Amino acid sequence: MRVDTGEVFGFLGPNGAGKTTTIKLLVRLIFPDGGSARILGKSIDDVSMHQEIGYLPEQPYFYDYLTAAELLDYFARFHRLTATDRQTRVENMLKKVGLETAKKIQLRKYSKGMLQRVGLAQAILHDPQVVILDEPMSGLDPLGRREVRDIILELKKEGRTVLFSTHILSDAEMLCDRVGVLVGGKLRGVGTPEEMVGIKTQGMEILFEVAKGKNLPLLAKATRTGERYRVQMPEEELYGAIEQLRAAGARILSVAQIKPTLEDFFMNLVEADRAQANAVEVSGK
Amino acid sequence: MKNVWTVATNTFREAVRDRVLYNLVFFALLMMGAAILVGQISIGIEESVIVSLGLTAISVIGLLIAVFIGVGLVSKEMEKRTLYALLAEPVERWEFLLGKFCGLVMTLTVNTAAMAVGLYLALWTVKHTLEKSDGWILVAVYLILLKLALIVALALLFSCFTTPFLAILFTAGIYVAGVFAGDLRTVQAVDLSSATMNLLKGISYLLPNFENFNVMGAVAHGRAVPGALVRQATLYAVVYGAVVLAAASAIFSRRNLK
Amino acid sequence: MKRSGIIEVALGVLLVSGLAGVWQLQKKIDVQRQALQEERDELVLRSPKLIKRMSLEYAPLVGALYWTRTVQYYGEKHRLQQIRQGNLELLWPLLDITTTLDPNLIVAYRFGSTFLSDAPPRGAGDPDHAVELLRRGVIANPDYWRLYQDMGNVYYFDKKDYARASEAFAEGAKNPQAAIWMKVMAAKIAAEGESLETSYFLWRDIYQTAQEPQIKKNAELHLRLVKVDLDLRELNRLADEYERRTGRRATKMSELVQAGLLSQLPGDPDGYPYVLGEGGKAELNLYSPMLEEKLMNK
Repeated sequence: MRVDTGEVFGFLGPNGAGKTTTIKLLVRLIFPDGGSARILGKSIDDVSMHQEIGYLPEQPYFYDYLTAAELLDYFARFHRLTATDRQTRVENMLKKVGLETAKKIQLRKYSKGMLQRVGLAQAILHDPQVVILDEPMSGLDPLGRREVRDIILELKKEGRTVLFSTHILSDAEMLCDRVGVLVGGKLRGVGTPEEMVGIKTQGMEILFEVAKGKNLPLLAKATRTGERYRVQMPEEELYGAIEQLRAAGARILSVAQIKPTLEDFFMNLVEADRAQANAVEVSGK
Repeated sequence: MKNVWTVATNTFREAVRDRVLYNLVFFALLMMGAAILVGQISIGIEESVIVSLGLTAISVIGLLIAVFIGVGLVSKEMEKRTLYALLAEPVERWEFLLGKFCGLVMTLTVNTAAMAVGLYLALWTVKHTLEKSDGWILVAVYLILLKLALIVALALLFSCFTTPFLAILFTAGIYVAGVFAGDLRTVQAVDLSSATMNLLKGISYLLPNFENFNVMGAVAHGRAVPGALVRQATLYAVVYGAVVLAAASAIFSRRNLK
Repeated sequence: MKRSGIIEVALGVLLVSGLAGVWQLQKKIDVQRQALQEERDELVLRSPKLIKRMSLEYAPLVGALYWTRTVQYYGEKHRLQQIRQGNLELLWPLLDITTTLDPNLIVAYRFGSTFLSDAPPRGAGDPDHAVELLRRGVIANPDYWRLYQDMGNVYYFDKKDYARASEAFAEGAKNPQAAIWMKVMAAKIAAEGESLETSYFLWRDIYQTAQEPQIKKNAELHLRLVKVDLDLRELNRLADEYERRTGRRATKMSELVQAGLLSQLPGDPDGYPYVLGEGGKAELNLYSPMLEEKLMNK
């Protein structure tokens, strides 16, 4: 598997598929039994390579006796920065992730969302070329998620490579140039989100309301909630169904494409039984 | 080396902000006050008791800090996962470990220095003067500090591969064993084969001989500590400590952080 | 609210009365236990080696604790005047433990040498253990020559072994910081054995140089007794001289004064005048407390 420079690459998979494990292998928190990986042309065993990468762990936790400013300063000291440079960057980062007002408060008082933002800040503080984020949206409210998405897009605009893992399909669709799918510890495919997800449309769904007593063969296949009915059919049969409803004087509330669930999608892959490449190559070429 | 210093200063900062440490030091200073009281009761040996009690307090409190916080240095970080983001930085695992070690040793140095000041104050309160022979107390404190540093190294080693509870147990156990190492060397028992005796002797040499750092008996009576002992004890601590830390680094460098 | 206020007050009252009750109960229990308590001393742990092991690195501190206990043990018995032959039996074990834990605790050796070897009612009457203690002391503290002085005293006064006493003083005299009289005494005792002058000198040195108050007091007692012996001896010599001159035995001290043999009426260390008793022998005054002291300390 390769991630190209300037790409936003999404690591998709259900919980427990091995996304976090793979990421931890890349940043050397755990060691592989076999195989190899390279980042920016350097082996993952090369600690100096860490100068160029940023990492946000899953559900990050930081030293709760430090303030955000102190933590960022601490982490920044491991990089080759001058003191003033460091100070400026810390200030900028705090502003960027919206923690400027809270910078003097100890991290033990931070909410989950705030911690996530600190994590993001320490990952990009030193201007890394490659940014690796493990479930960056987890635990965030919709506003927080939007902010993270914006930051990722900004990173892409700056020409950085972003690799992030998620089990939320819509995030991947919105952000990623390409995705890699992990199921049960094996890489099941790499491609654009549309390629991966749009394999089989399962049909169309109509939501409608109709007066009681109307004779409608469609009702046999429909499920009812209160006054509303929901019916699914293959795409070819859509217009026929709409005609039926029009004749019966039903009120059509919505017509939508049934998207496959992530589980369906992954199930397909398992059935497809693709061969697994042992070497996972991440390169910045 | 810069990374080691960075981790060390942060470890020191953590200790300073940890209120438990202050309670312990406060307790130790309380002991000094008690020493004055006890001194009043033991006629004829007030100074000796104050010094003995003071050094005991410094040693015991230091021991508690070295064992419990020493074990926590790494295990707390692994448990709370504060370690994860850090290790993705350009820092080697051995640098991290050494930094933690230095940070705690710096903390211990400050603590024992504070308690030593308390001891001198207690002595001054009773004697209303300080003599040259009282300078040996500093030597005793220095040797205690060496011992504590060695214990921190051992605590780090054990916490790298077992649970915190077991690490505390092992460290405490090796401390007690180390205190008796000297006795083990001279053990005489009728029913032991010479092979067993040699084995015991070998073990006694490999255990950390903590009695090397104990000069309480001499210093309590104002006697001098030979310079050779101080030099050799320092060398012993450095070499033994280096071995232990190297082993800890090796183990930690290969540890999977799930 | 009223209800929670009442509950708080009730809790407060309960707490205070509970503690007061516990206090009173404890007093009653103390009385009960005292009735049960036998007049037996106890030293639960006896093995010096075991105690030293249990003390880990803190042996000198534990040694100081046992020293305190030793002083209290002796002091209590002494204060209640309960010292008889065989009932100071914990003194040696306590000193044994103390000096095993802290071999440099000089005062323990000195205290032990005095009160182990001295006969009841002043001490345990166990000079052999005193010697053993002192031998341990000189090995651990070779520079402290006064331990040899103590050893000499034990051999001289309590074991009456003048050869060994002389040896001890001679050994101590080898230390360049030792008092010059050590050498002199070694020779004198080797030549003469026991003499009142020697005894007086030895006790006087202890009295003048000892820092531990109990030891000092003990030396003072002995000093006074020896002084009385010296005085009586001298007075008898003068009475004999009087008899030689006048042909008859004096019956009153004033006669000796009148004869010019004494400048004034002689008094004992408490100030009571000596008298001439039966057969014209010098004796202590009947009213003098020294009489009882002499009787008690035979």
